[in-house]
Amino acid sequence: MALGLIQQEMAYGTLYLYVGIFMLLVTGFVATVLVLARLISPSRRSTTKAEIYETGESTVTDPWRPFPVRYYVFALLFLIFDVEAAFLFPWAVVYQDLGVYGFVEMVVFVSILGVGLAYAWKKGALKWV
Amino acid sequence: MQTVLNLLEMEPIRFFIAFGAILFLVLNLAAILVMAERKVAGYIQLRYGPNRVGWRGILQPLADIIKLFTKENVAPGRADLWIFLGAPIALFIPAVLVWIVIPFAPGAVVADLNVAILFFVGVTSIGALGVIMAGYGSRSSFSLLGALRGAAQMISYEVPLILSLLGIVMLTGSLSLVDVVNAQGDTFWSWYFLPQFPMFIVFYIAGLAEVKRVPFDLPEGESEIVGGFMIEYSGMTWALIQAAEFASMGLMSAITTTLFLGGWQPPLPFLDLGQFNWFWFGIKTALIMFTFQWIRWSMPRLRMDQLMDFGWKILVPACLIWLFVTAGVMLIIPG
Repeated sequence: MALGLIQQEMAYGTLYLYVGIFMLLVTGFVATVLVLARLISPSRRSTTKAEIYETGESTVTDPWRPFPVRYYVFALLFLIFDVEAAFLFPWAVVYQDLGVYGFVEMVVFVSILGVGLAYAWKKGALKWV
Repeated sequence: MQTVLNLLEMEPIRFFIAFGAILFLVLNLAAILVMAERKVAGYIQLRYGPNRVGWRGILQPLADIIKLFTKENVAPGRADLWIFLGAPIALFIPAVLVWIVIPFAPGAVVADLNVAILFFVGVTSIGALGVIMAGYGSRSSFSLLGALRGAAQMISYEVPLILSLLGIVMLTGSLSLVDVVNAQGDTFWSWYFLPQFPMFIVFYIAGLAEVKRVPFDLPEGESEIVGGFMIEYSGMTWALIQAAEFASMGLMSAITTTLFLGGWQPPLPFLDLGQFNWFWFGIKTALIMFTFQWIRWSMPRLRMDQLMDFGWKILVPACLIWLFVTAGVMLIIPG
């Protein structure tokens, strides 16, 4: 019925091998489309066309230079909360069996991070200048 | 006949058929969504939208594809070509790959990973990489600005996106999307959007930001930085980025449906269609997609600092507080 979509029983490693193959196939497909478009479409190069678009102005600065530091702060905060989530997911899966002990553990863990967020907030790290 | 069918369900063959099916689904979804976007925009603004090609403009996506295939691909002279051309690939992978863990109907899932929710969260963050590649590889001021905004936005809204899923994981006790759908039952009041209503809202908003839709479309704010991170793309490279954008919008709708609106579960028990329950999955996903488009043509765009404030100072604390609430309630009322 749902032809070709019902998953068969298979080894654990095979499943992840499939995910990898799937990713490679998608990459291959997009690359094929790009090559095909390059072959079909016309190509007349000129120096004017090769300039970058800046609403008709000619560029003054080279964009490849160091970024403002505020991106760095947000990236750090993101990293902290991402790792927090990585710890919280296994806890959430088994929470039903953990009971009061698990609840208290989580409250302590999240509170520490909450204090960290409040500190970053007070220090102005969350302010986009 | 039966032997052929059995052969098709053998493992490697089934996998390649599934790959073809998902690619077909994603490409058509992108084409139909582009079309729907313009039609919805038209009707919301009291005009017709595209209505010249075919019956009521139904063949418009086809015409667009033919046009884009025959247009020249211009790249800036100073661009880093490998990164520049790698960006469409990096944007396309998350839009296609996550579909393999979504159950379409009872038992119909390409790969039932037991860490499907983590897989979804991990793979969608490849999208931020694609945005950075597109902006940095073009070596253009506008595109770099758009890419940096996009990266800041996408990583900031990834935090509430991840944290809002914890309640569901706690209620289900599993990370597999098949288990999540099975746990939601075949009556609409048992789906997770009611017990987890605040997180449904948070997930929806964070999902909007994650797929860069209005009111969070700062990476490509037309009135400020024109095309944003994709400003230097043209022809098929641009079309692929655009297709990936629309496909990830469809993907986000499908994930929202699966997690909060019961996936393929029918709204009432007597509406159960058995193998054809993908119908319910499609209807719910289409409804969510429509709300995405509705919001796009009704809401003004946020400013960058408002956007970051909203993510970090409202959504993230709300997620943490709701985590306590869910955990506490589950402690008091077991099961």
